Amino acid sequence: MINKIVDTIESAVAGIEDGGVIMISGFGSAGQPTELIDALIVQGARDLTIVNNNAGNGEAGIAALLKARRVRKMICSFPRQSDSYVFDALYRAGEIELEVVPQGNLAERIRAAGAGIGAFYTPTGYGTLLAAGKETRRIDGRDYMLDYPIHADFALIKAEAADRWGNLIYRKTARNFGPIMATAAKCCVAQVKRVVKLGDLDPESIVTPGLFVQRVVQIAPAVEAAIGAGSLV
Amino acid sequence: MIRKRDRNQLAARIAQDIPDGSYVNLGIGMPKLVGNYISAEREICVHSENGVLGIGPAPLPGQEDFDLINASKDPVTLVPGGCFFHHADSFAMMRGGHIDIGVLGAFQVSVHGDLANWHTNAPDAVPAVGGAMDLALGAKKVYVMMDHFTKGGVCKIVHDCSYPITGLRCVSRIYTDLAVIDVAVDGLYVREIVENLSLEELQRISGVPMRLARET
Repeated sequence: MINKIVDTIESAVAGIEDGGVIMISGFGSAGQPTELIDALIVQGARDLTIVNNNAGNGEAGIAALLKARRVRKMICSFPRQSDSYVFDALYRAGEIELEVVPQGNLAERIRAAGAGIGAFYTPTGYGTLLAAGKETRRIDGRDYMLDYPIHADFALIKAEAADRWGNLIYRKTARNFGPIMATAAKCCVAQVKRVVKLGDLDPESIVTPGLFVQRVVQIAPAVEAAIGAGSLV
Repeated sequence: MIRKRDRNQLAARIAQDIPDGSYVNLGIGMPKLVGNYISAEREICVHSENGVLGIGPAPLPGQEDFDLINASKDPVTLVPGGCFFHHADSFAMMRGGHIDIGVLGAFQVSVHGDLANWHTNAPDAVPAVGGAMDLALGAKKVYVMMDHFTKGGVCKIVHDCSYPITGLRCVSRIYTDLAVIDVAVDGLYVREIVENLSLEELQRISGVPMRLARET
């Protein structure tokens, strides 16, 4: 029998080791698995490399993980935001490493890792500061640079619903990096609002096949709202 | 007296040049305003890098859904026929040449169409590129929407960009508060100038060579 549902958020993040590479879904706060990140803070792993589009907003989620000094390096496309002050301060103090990756290359590097691709030529970034040190090649008259996959130890993602096989559906633009990050990590952990009976998800609508998902934890909307409001730590 | 276009007039002017049936991406910052001027008679499909095609008007107060946002992270709505997809597909649309028009802001555009809009190189700046490089390279046409001059009075159309490049030779047309200028392989062609400003005067204050566009 296949059952990927875990009962507690502690068991959802068990086994994340110091120095690990952790992908975290989300674009700003849409699709960010805040409760899994909070659980990771409690779990205590440090010296982490975090892969996300941004570098935290306000003081919740990734910003809280940064504030707890658990992150050695951020790999992201857009760290600078109106409310990214936690990251900005660490960066300016030289206390965190930053790898800025054009957003499409970030997505493709994650996709490539999941799809077993060794490297790929991308036109994005060619001729810019972000091409420093990269191999280049002209193909059919267009210039490209070589980029490599990003593999992760864990992916922490947020989805709308799952069944016990780990099949996932998402909600609106909260989908963003979830489906590709699920493919690129040794262990993908999905936090979901609803767990449904096997067979209840429309097979035509499943976005992430359960094969890519190792653990599912349900975060009841009430708890989610309470944590969002800051009443639970 | 020179009648400069304000941001909203500039957005309306750009919207006029977006044909019915286009797939467009409106970048963060000023280009977002263009969406306000796309009239309902034209079916234009607005893409956002975070995985949505078919963005509609801003939601009414109280109707915001923070799972439905655009690249600027503002809540938006979805039009009938709109759809969602993951980030790798979204950037395949951009990088793969499937977006007809990308509208981007800029720090500088060179006479060759090089674009600089992601990083000022200031010592304390946190570099952040987002999807700008992919859109600059991938959209069939890149329209830049910007003020002609910086707040300090320096022209943003330059011989060579001094700020770090976003993309080389990628800009098709520049819309500023003073003029609409095409970027061709052999230089800049002015299509439109605001009232009471001559081509000679525009060139003089810009400091880069420009010619009048041939009638098209």
